[in-house]
Amino acid sequence: MALADRDRIFTNLYGTQPWNLADAQKRGDWDGTAAIMAKGRDWIVEEMKQSGLRGRGGAGFPTGLKWSFMPKERPADGRPVYLVINADESEPGTCKDRDILRHDPHKLIEGALLAGMAMGATAGYIYYRGEYFNEGNILQAAIDEAYDAGLLGKNAAGSGYDFELYTHRGAGAYICGEETALLESLEGKKGMPRLKPPFPAAVGLYGCPTTVNNVETIAVVPTILRRGASWFSSFGRPKNSGTKIFCLQGHVNKPCNVEAEMSIPLRELIDRYAGGVRGGWDNLLAVIPGGSSTPMLPKAICDDVLMDFDALRDHKTGLGTAGVIVMDKSTDLIKAIARLAQFYKHESCGQCTPCREGMGWMKRVMDRMTEGRAEVAEIDVLEQVTRQIEGHTICAFADGAVWPIQGLIRHFRPLMEERIADYRTRKLPMAAE
Amino acid sequence: MTKLFVDGVEVEVPAGSSVLQACEVAGREIPRFCYHERLSVAGNCRMCLVEVEKAPKPVASCAYPVAEGMKVFTDTPMVRNARRNVMEFLLINHPLDCPICDQGGECDLQDQAVAYGKDGSRFLEQKRAVKDKYVGPLIKTIMNRCIHCTRCIRFATEVAGVPELGATGRGENMEVGTYVEKALTTELAGNLIDLCPVGALTSRPYAFVSRPWELRKTDSVDVLDAVGAAIRIDTRGPEVLRILPRTNEDVNEEWLGDRSRFSFDGLKRKRLDRPWIRRDGKLVAASWPEAFAAIAEKLKPLSGDRIGAVAGDLVDAESVVALKDLMAGLGSENLDCRQDGAALDASRREFYVFGSGIAGIDDADALVIIGSNPRTEAPVLNARIRKRWLAGKFPVGFVGPAGIDLTYPVTALGEGPSAIADAAAILKDAKHPMVLVGRGALARPDGAAVAAAAWALLRGAEGLRADWNGFCVLHQFGGQVGALDLGFVPGPQGRSLGGMLGGGVDALWLLGADGFDPALIGPETFVIYQGHHGDRAASRADVILPGAAYTEKEATYVNTEGRVQRGRAAVAPPGEAREDWRILRAFSAVLGTPLPYDTIEAVRARMAAVNPVFGSGFLTAACSDPAGPAGDPAALGDAPFVPPIPVYWQADCISRASATMAECARVIPPAMAAE
Repeated sequence: MALADRDRIFTNLYGTQPWNLADAQKRGDWDGTAAIMAKGRDWIVEEMKQSGLRGRGGAGFPTGLKWSFMPKERPADGRPVYLVINADESEPGTCKDRDILRHDPHKLIEGALLAGMAMGATAGYIYYRGEYFNEGNILQAAIDEAYDAGLLGKNAAGSGYDFELYTHRGAGAYICGEETALLESLEGKKGMPRLKPPFPAAVGLYGCPTTVNNVETIAVVPTILRRGASWFSSFGRPKNSGTKIFCLQGHVNKPCNVEAEMSIPLRELIDRYAGGVRGGWDNLLAVIPGGSSTPMLPKAICDDVLMDFDALRDHKTGLGTAGVIVMDKSTDLIKAIARLAQFYKHESCGQCTPCREGMGWMKRVMDRMTEGRAEVAEIDVLEQVTRQIEGHTICAFADGAVWPIQGLIRHFRPLMEERIADYRTRKLPMAAE
Repeated sequence: MTKLFVDGVEVEVPAGSSVLQACEVAGREIPRFCYHERLSVAGNCRMCLVEVEKAPKPVASCAYPVAEGMKVFTDTPMVRNARRNVMEFLLINHPLDCPICDQGGECDLQDQAVAYGKDGSRFLEQKRAVKDKYVGPLIKTIMNRCIHCTRCIRFATEVAGVPELGATGRGENMEVGTYVEKALTTELAGNLIDLCPVGALTSRPYAFVSRPWELRKTDSVDVLDAVGAAIRIDTRGPEVLRILPRTNEDVNEEWLGDRSRFSFDGLKRKRLDRPWIRRDGKLVAASWPEAFAAIAEKLKPLSGDRIGAVAGDLVDAESVVALKDLMAGLGSENLDCRQDGAALDASRREFYVFGSGIAGIDDADALVIIGSNPRTEAPVLNARIRKRWLAGKFPVGFVGPAGIDLTYPVTALGEGPSAIADAAAILKDAKHPMVLVGRGALARPDGAAVAAAAWALLRGAEGLRADWNGFCVLHQFGGQVGALDLGFVPGPQGRSLGGMLGGGVDALWLLGADGFDPALIGPETFVIYQGHHGDRAASRADVILPGAAYTEKEATYVNTEGRVQRGRAAVAPPGEAREDWRILRAFSAVLGTPLPYDTIEAVRARMAAVNPVFGSGFLTAACSDPAGPAGDPAALGDAPFVPPIPVYWQADCISRASATMAECARVIPPAMAAE
């Protein structure tokens, strides 16, 4: 069952219509915003909890629950409360937020107002990736439009609530997509994750209570509140409900971003929306299901796995950002993962010892593994190194960095051993010269 | 208080403590690199990981707050593995060059690798190489060894208040440095060497000099500023090889100023190691009996009021009391220990000590600084003021030259004494107001008036009470307060230093007195210089008696807050030089009127008789009497205050003889104020 067009949230995902306010309103944005806000922040939070929306930035934390952590009242010492929207979309294989920013910015802006009101925030900051230059310009223009139309600022959208929205351009570091590193960067410091606790809901931006949400999470809020939590939760399996933008790429016939219901089978997703795997399904080798940080799945699992948080977790991977990277049999998987290891080495902030030192170690071993210039026993060493990095650092960057390698070893260890054996047969005669 | 269990042992710690602190209370050692009690928590080395019940992952104990009933485990397989693994990561890019590393033997990484590490490495790749950085003449960097704990960055930013260090680059390419290479403009740079847990930052003057186990360690106190920091003098044979701070929470915490730490090479240069007598205008070497005979011959015909004595800035209390008694025997009341001419009223102790005590800075809630630059006069004390300022709600007013950067913001009230009255606004709401008067502010014609005005300012703010005395005089050297405590000031008929100069006396005994221009001494005056350095006063002397420096004698010093402390002899004085009180005692025998003490215990008993503080060790200077020091607050002049120590690095005869300090003075911008 394909998602019906009437159930799509992002009706301008492909930019077939203008992004501006007038056209956005024709698509239903900013419709009755004040009426929704009039129902109160408790109603909004409860509705979000009922909808079962889980954060779309990768970790999949229930959004309504996250909002409920924010203080119910303004802090007694007069500190403001902030909403921060994470548009620092840097995960390799993910480009969903980009399409929202450039084609449907008003969904995000309206969502920011509603979410901000639901958590008592007086101001919101959208931290967008430095490379999204044009997208940032469009977003800013859309915000200006909204201000001009009275939808933001004092008495936003006629609701009686005051809400300011600002954009901030990042400088293009992957780690600044980590929520506390993002806050540091937003404050003008070096993007290095903070120690938790305290969590941002208590001490966040400029020391004030803050919630950081992904662009997609915020952008779906207005539609959920308009159409009701039960509508949203009718898609997908329990606890994995809703619709989601999937980014389909790699060795597929028609790479695309597509909004589909959660828990759609991976094979159906690829065949229906991306025109199938290049050379047919049987030419599939492996799929990275949720952006570069998630472990890959071999074809055997891809045959029937469902695309949602829990089903993928059962296969020791994750939905992540739903950036589906399809790799057919022409792919050198070891080289592919070595390239990811290089990316993570380059992007480690360098704060924690295991990550700073381990990323370079893994990258160098992976480079040798690509050639096969290694011992078989080193595969185990590599695996152990990933284990001793995972979970020993301040932020989750290191976890995401080691998972691709763990996935490779878990599913394709014979391939690595074969490569090493190949290298020996090729090189040994040379040594005799 | 929060109750929790560490390895099954119940401990109670203040709420808000970290798990690491709780583990220490429970007697469990937690290895760490980045954590330091006096710096902010970074939590990045990951060495202090422990297991907490119900936590899915090991937690960094330095950054994790305790909770009621929490169960912490510090010795489980998970914890042991985590430590081993972190050690392995730290060592993969750390050069294993311990045999040529100056940190060897006192290296946290070395110790913890033995205690918690693996016995081998599985790392087969190339190690990282990092270019060494230049951060000044005091610190040698070997950046390959850096483990990125960021202690140095945090110290420079938080304690020293010079945010000049930082990390550039990301991940493996992260490098600690100043970005644009330059010498750090701080007087506390040496502490970075102590803080660095590895050999990345080591002492440049001490490079390749010695190994820690070859050194004899002598606990002593520093005299090169008036803080009286606790130090450890490390020696090998007859040589002082380095000076390190010891912990004394009430005085220096665990910091030490760079002049105190690095100027010891001046102890080997320009030393007076034998007596000299001026014959036919030239100094010629002499023996002790010859020198004593020459002095006795000159002094005997003189009446007491034609003889004077001046005590220097670095003198110990023992020699001061001996000189005072000697002068009394000669019938002289011409005594002075205020070479700078500071108008210090020695009649009551409250008038010349740092009333609140150095630790009292932590309790103060408003401060006015008058005519002092604590950053150059007492950098450790300045760091304490900065620490208090960082804690918040601490207005600081400043009366003195513009453009001085004290590492914390101040309200500039004016450059001259007339601005003292305006300072009342700063102290208005304070419960523990503090007025810091620099010694330099008193060393001017209207010095007495400045002291009286400062006292009046504080009295107006109710800062002179039985439970709080906020009148704080900041002296500059370790011998100054001791001499005042012993009353080494002119007697009722005596002349002050100004009166003795220009022919006011016929014979002048200078006990380590290098602090004034000797050309001011009258040409006919017979000058005896007793001291350890051939500095400017010695060149004017007619007889030179070689004394001992502070590292070479058992001696008593009083710091600016009036704390009586003992220094210990780490090495012997060079050549024929002797402890100063013994010289005076021996000379008194030549005069035929021997001083009544033969042992240092007897000298100290005499000191206690002169002033009981030398018996009790430390008297709090609580102020019971609001009557102020002599001086008319209305007689303030107009001249702006000038910084009394223009070059921090070269302020006394020892640091003036030091090559290290000369290099600092050459390289580090002299006006620290240039902001």
